[in-house]
Amino acid sequence: MKFLLATLLTAAFAFLAGMFLPWWSIAIVAFLVALLMKQNIGAGFLAGFAGIFIMWALYATVIDVKNDNFLSHQIAKLLPLGGSSILLVFVTALVGGLVGGFAAMTGSALHKEKRRRR
Amino acid sequence: MFHLFSENYQPKKPQTFFLSSRLYLLLMRIIPFVIGLVITATLIFLLDNRWGSTPAMGRFLSPQQGFWQNAEPASANNNEQLSMPGLKGKVDVYMDDRLVPHVFAQNDEDIYFVQGYLHAKYRLWQMEFQVLAAAGRVSEKMGNDPRFLRYDREQRRLGMVWAAENALKEVEANAQTKSAGDAYTAGVNAYINTVTKSTLPLEYKLLGYAPEPWSNFKSALFLKMMSKTLAGYDRDLEFTNERTVFPDSIMQMLYPQVPDSLVPIIPKGTAFAPPGIVPVKPATADSVYFGIETKPTPAVEKYKPNRKNGSNNWVVGGAKTASGSPILCNDPHLELSLPSIWYEMQLTTPTMSVYGATFPGTNSVIIGFNENVAFGFTNAQRDVKDYYAIRFKDASKKEYWFDSAWKETQLRIDTIKIKGAADFYDTVAYTVFGPVMYDESFTSEGLNGKGVALRWTAHDASNEGLMWLQLNRAKTYQDYEAAIKDFSTPGQNMVFASATGDIALWQQAKFPARWQGQGKYIMPGEDSSYMWQGFIPQAENPHVINPASGFIQSANQRPVDSTYPYFIPGNYINARGIAVDRNLSQMQNITPQDMMQLQQNVYSPFAAGAVPLLLKYVQTSGLSRSEENYVNLLRKWNFNCDATAVAPTVYQTWWDSLETVIWKDELATVKQKTVLPDEQTLLEILLKDSAMLFVDDVTTTEKETIQQQVTKALHLAAKYLDDEESKTGLAWAKHKNPGVLHLLKDALLPFGRQGLQVGGWSNTINAITTTHGPSWRMVVELSSPVKAFGIYPGGQAGNPGSKYYDNFINDWATGKYYELWLMKETETTDKRIIAKITFTNS
Repeated sequence: MKFLLATLLTAAFAFLAGMFLPWWSIAIVAFLVALLMKQNIGAGFLAGFAGIFIMWALYATVIDVKNDNFLSHQIAKLLPLGGSSILLVFVTALVGGLVGGFAAMTGSALHKEKRRRR
Repeated sequence: MFHLFSENYQPKKPQTFFLSSRLYLLLMRIIPFVIGLVITATLIFLLDNRWGSTPAMGRFLSPQQGFWQNAEPASANNNEQLSMPGLKGKVDVYMDDRLVPHVFAQNDEDIYFVQGYLHAKYRLWQMEFQVLAAAGRVSEKMGNDPRFLRYDREQRRLGMVWAAENALKEVEANAQTKSAGDAYTAGVNAYINTVTKSTLPLEYKLLGYAPEPWSNFKSALFLKMMSKTLAGYDRDLEFTNERTVFPDSIMQMLYPQVPDSLVPIIPKGTAFAPPGIVPVKPATADSVYFGIETKPTPAVEKYKPNRKNGSNNWVVGGAKTASGSPILCNDPHLELSLPSIWYEMQLTTPTMSVYGATFPGTNSVIIGFNENVAFGFTNAQRDVKDYYAIRFKDASKKEYWFDSAWKETQLRIDTIKIKGAADFYDTVAYTVFGPVMYDESFTSEGLNGKGVALRWTAHDASNEGLMWLQLNRAKTYQDYEAAIKDFSTPGQNMVFASATGDIALWQQAKFPARWQGQGKYIMPGEDSSYMWQGFIPQAENPHVINPASGFIQSANQRPVDSTYPYFIPGNYINARGIAVDRNLSQMQNITPQDMMQLQQNVYSPFAAGAVPLLLKYVQTSGLSRSEENYVNLLRKWNFNCDATAVAPTVYQTWWDSLETVIWKDELATVKQKTVLPDEQTLLEILLKDSAMLFVDDVTTTEKETIQQQVTKALHLAAKYLDDEESKTGLAWAKHKNPGVLHLLKDALLPFGRQGLQVGGWSNTINAITTTHGPSWRMVVELSSPVKAFGIYPGGQAGNPGSKYYDNFINDWATGKYYELWLMKETETTDKRIIAKITFTNS
């Protein structure tokens, strides 16, 4: 549940932040969400990764569908990704996801771990 | 955190476990925190910066700010309400289904404001980049690359910035051009002010810079770039080099002034008035200037404009048309690029309603029509650029020898900014002639302390934009004649037709009056005797009005026959004029559809002359099977350069090989750069004298005959053709591979189109070569209402993410035309309108 919530919060706030702030605001959002939502580092990373990955993938896909893959096809030839729009959406989401994931991992690391000794 | 560690660390046995446990837990947080922070920061750093030519990938890929934002919805509805404080009143813009804006304003200022706004909205990157390139600022935006720096220096040394400064003074001194220019600039800037990180045009995101404010100076730079494109090609330096080996008499044979097959613009036999100015040849010319030059010049212009920048235009009078109204046609041949140099618009005010192709970068309609007149342009190809040898006193370039004294130069220090490197300072000396384009700081060796100064009409203060402001409003021949009078550079064949039935053409520019041979080679610059002595009076410029033939044509040929009383060297192109003239003289009851077909004509009059010559002299014994096949193909050819035909490929390759065989052995004896004589010249010489001097290969002891050389050329061509046949086949369109590339060419290849199935060549009416050709085709019948048709190989949107980016190209390639709709304000409910933009000032 917590994981899902962290993912959704990361996606939602990153979307909002991206409307006003530079692209790397996704890192700040992922970091803050991870700081607030206590999870272990691994889960924190995954939630941050998934939040940004999903948001960027969805956003890019919506744009791409409305655009009939017109631009993504050309950019995917330029980068070069063999002209594949799907691959370009994946690469886009992966880049965002990695930034989000590592930022979230950084945030998660700051939680006070519960003592293992009772 | 770390103070705990240092202060509390006491190795007391009972506490060891506790401390190391705390330490363990601390480290369990610190280590991942530090690792995470370092990785995140590194990632962001890597992704937020450019690496070489790779854009900042984080910014670039971000769907909220990067390239994805430039992917416009295919079904966009562009309705907008915009408030622009710079406007005087309300302006309505109706976008039609090809995204052509029909702009309705209440006054002149507002129409040019909105023209500027729309140019920027659809073409911002292009218009700014063209101007940056004109001013020699490519290194500043594109980075540290010796090619960019050389280009930038060449532009500055050519005097482009100086020329634009001179022009701007004239533009701003005239109330009409100042007001239109100011409004246009304000409109461009109004759009630039709305640009955000997301809406920034794609190329800026790829290249990593942002738009600067526009200015009237930038519009002046744009027009100067057109002057370079159209009046910037010359062969003076190459001719100077060749003259070190060939005497002037041979040079006259290789580069003749009047081709035998010339069909001039002004009909042959037209009487010319005696010249109003007779320039005097300097006394020393025969000994100093026409004598053999002892040294070639190492000066080389690396970024020359394309010689083929030319065009067709013609106009047929009512007597020859089906409707009885004149029909005017124009297709300017330029480098084909995406975004296109053209942008279609309608501009309507209470005193003007004009439609046509505009230049993003400057105001007005450039090639177009209104209800009363139509106007078009081809390039005059006249040489208006000469060079003078300068003797500097010393390396400081502060003084040069002129009229028996040391005269001070004006040193202009150009600062060339380079992205990622220190500024480059280039000192250019300005003389009475103009800028010293070549000196030792630019051309590394061989100038021996000398300089080569440039005299070019494009440097002179002038106000070209005024002509278009007036042409757009013209109603009669008299209006046209008054409009074009002061147009200075680049020289143009300005074709005209009016609804009242007048047809006319003036070749207009400020042309120097030269003595015979003046300016063919670098001239002595140590005194004033070799300077231009004046200009040909405007009234004596070649012109023709309502000729008996009922039509006027121009296609970059020499405008007049040899009886014109001035020496007018140029870089003329001969063949297309012959083809246009032949067709028009035979046609009657002409319709706009006939004219469209003529613009698509791919018959090669040059091939029709050259192929029989090849076939006459080729020795058919001992040919290989494929060589025999090639010869047989040409025997059956109708001289149409169709896209799928093989014969044009064979003929062109064979002819090119013949040129190499005939010329290259002699030209190789010239040190420094040379230029091949025109194809027309070789053909005409061989038709007259098949044993002429150059046929012999000077590298052998044997004396070759034309039969041997034509056959040798076939062998060379066949080798190439056999190879090409096995790889791609020999269809003409495959061979020439026509395409329309993005302005940045290979760097952005996916944004261009290649492999178009189109025929033609630079010497056929449909002059499509590889990336060059008819950049706008227009046919206008001045009936009531006006019937007009046009197309350009591009699309209205400059954004590669818009479906309007290249949507005209397929239709252009198949020879289709769109109806050009001069919309009336009462037609706002027409189904062609897909969106409306309303501009108000509050």
